[in-house]
Amino acid sequence: MPKQQPKPHAKEPVRLPVRKTYKLFIGGAFPRSESGRTYQVNDADGTFLANAAKASRKDARDAVAAARKAFGGWSGRTPYNRGQILYRIAEMLEGRHAQFTAELRATGLPKSAASAEVDAAIDRWVWYAGWADKLAAVLGSANPVAGPFFNFSTPEPTGVVAVIAPDSPLLGLVSVVAPVIVSGNTAVVVAAPSAPLPAVTLAEVLATSDLPAGVVNILTGDRAELAPWLASHMDVNAIDLAGAGGGDVAALEEAAAGNLKRVLRPGDGDWTGDPGTARMTAFLETKTVWHPVGV
Amino acid sequence: MPVADFGDAGGVSTETLTSAAELRAFLNGLPGVDRVGAEERAARLASRSIKTTAKAAAIDLAISMVDLTTLEGADTAGKVRALCAKAARPDPSDPSVPRVAAVCVYPDMVETAVAAVAGTPVKVASVATAFPSGRAPLAAKLADTEAAVAAGAAEIDMVIDRGAFLAGDLMKVHDEIVATKEACGDAHLKVILETGELATYDNVRRASWLAMRAGADFIKTSTGKVAPAATLPVTLVMLEAVRDYRAATGRRVGVKPAGGIRTTKDAIKYLVLVNETAGPDWLTPDMFRLGASSVLNDLLMQRRKLATGVYSGPDYFTLD
Repeated sequence: MPKQQPKPHAKEPVRLPVRKTYKLFIGGAFPRSESGRTYQVNDADGTFLANAAKASRKDARDAVAAARKAFGGWSGRTPYNRGQILYRIAEMLEGRHAQFTAELRATGLPKSAASAEVDAAIDRWVWYAGWADKLAAVLGSANPVAGPFFNFSTPEPTGVVAVIAPDSPLLGLVSVVAPVIVSGNTAVVVAAPSAPLPAVTLAEVLATSDLPAGVVNILTGDRAELAPWLASHMDVNAIDLAGAGGGDVAALEEAAAGNLKRVLRPGDGDWTGDPGTARMTAFLETKTVWHPVGV
Repeated sequence: MPVADFGDAGGVSTETLTSAAELRAFLNGLPGVDRVGAEERAARLASRSIKTTAKAAAIDLAISMVDLTTLEGADTAGKVRALCAKAARPDPSDPSVPRVAAVCVYPDMVETAVAAVAGTPVKVASVATAFPSGRAPLAAKLADTEAAVAAGAAEIDMVIDRGAFLAGDLMKVHDEIVATKEACGDAHLKVILETGELATYDNVRRASWLAMRAGADFIKTSTGKVAPAATLPVTLVMLEAVRDYRAATGRRVGVKPAGGIRTTKDAIKYLVLVNETAGPDWLTPDMFRLGASSVLNDLLMQRRKLATGVYSGPDYFTLD
């Protein structure tokens, strides 16, 4: 009887899977939820993917404080510089293309569709990045007035914007975050609860690009739990309800009226079309200056 | 926690003439502070969860203990008046908010502050004795103190001569405190130890006892100009000192941590520390103060969150 040859891989130890527990993204750091809670994220087949942090209202409060702290510096940068930073983020997104594709495939998309959606998301980010130094030219104006004044209007960022991200885990997310920050706002984003991993990866991209800490803060967890606290928060200047459930919108709008937040209502949920400038202009104020001339 | 033996401290009154040798022997004979133990105990007490009604009570108590402070070279009379208005009505939209205990200013601003708080129970405290360094001749320090008292200051925050203390000239530190106390007249004397410069907890304990024996009405951690300012373990050591001093002499001395207290959470940690160390007798503005200014806005924000159920923002409170 010939001596049995051992199979080449039989001696190699079985590699244990590295189970991940992701964290929040607040003020440029990755803290656990103050509550210590996590929830399980599964792929489309119900197989375990990772644990995600389940943010509490106090995490939302901390995120708003971080966003407020970052607002002065971010809105004070030149639009050109903001555009450069957003382009840099697009480069980093491109570098993570394969990871984003894998995360979208886990949500049930076929490979070609997942890859196409990552392409679309990066293109969307680049498209918004290009608007940074064009907004003032397109939306501002020199106003003819009946008097010896040079009168002009410029768009100014609204402030801290709470973003309830839609279910579209990457294209939808990018389509709501980029238009908020490109004009100098800072954002507190509640990621889609069903597929938070692309949001976590986006946070890792943002943390390693040149984006200042606190400009974008990303919370994972239960939308219905977090949204009312952000809608009623007196230090939030605007709220984007893109991902809010139909039944919750009226209550959130009512809570947002407490400090007259700007509110952007949910759209039709299709993120593939031409985005237009509406999502940017929703979070801009108009400053008009009267400057005496010819006296 | 075992009560240490403080020897003959019970026999020493503030009136007694203290000899340098006796003072040195007493202070060096104080038991050492267990550094790890003190830090561990402070951290343990800081982890207490204070919620809902207890939190509401703690916030109001903390507001009533604040010494609202402005000690900048750029202070103007207008800024001091604004601070005084805030001290008397911390939240103009809510009359149920308690007043703060005092405003704390430089001596030349005392007159402005006294006029601004007239008719309210808010007291005016003044730093003195060449604050914050204390590097001036004794005569200048006393003149500084007398000027502040003459201008109407009800409380004097003096700094000790840290250089003399660290060099071992304890009698000089003692005599300066005694002389300043005399210059204060009826005004309360808070003695700033500047614990950030004393290097060890043992020194904090010695300086606390030294100040108390010299007649301090309050012992205060820091000027706020040196890092680290107030910390929980340092305040713990000082609270133990006032507790043991009362056990030895019957006299109660107040404690004031100052500097670095910015959030409601910080303030409540200090209140827990006071209650568990010196005891509830110290949980009054007469016996415990928080030297701070930015913490007041956070206390007001938290108070409004409890009252309205929604998070508030800094836009709704005055800047100071």
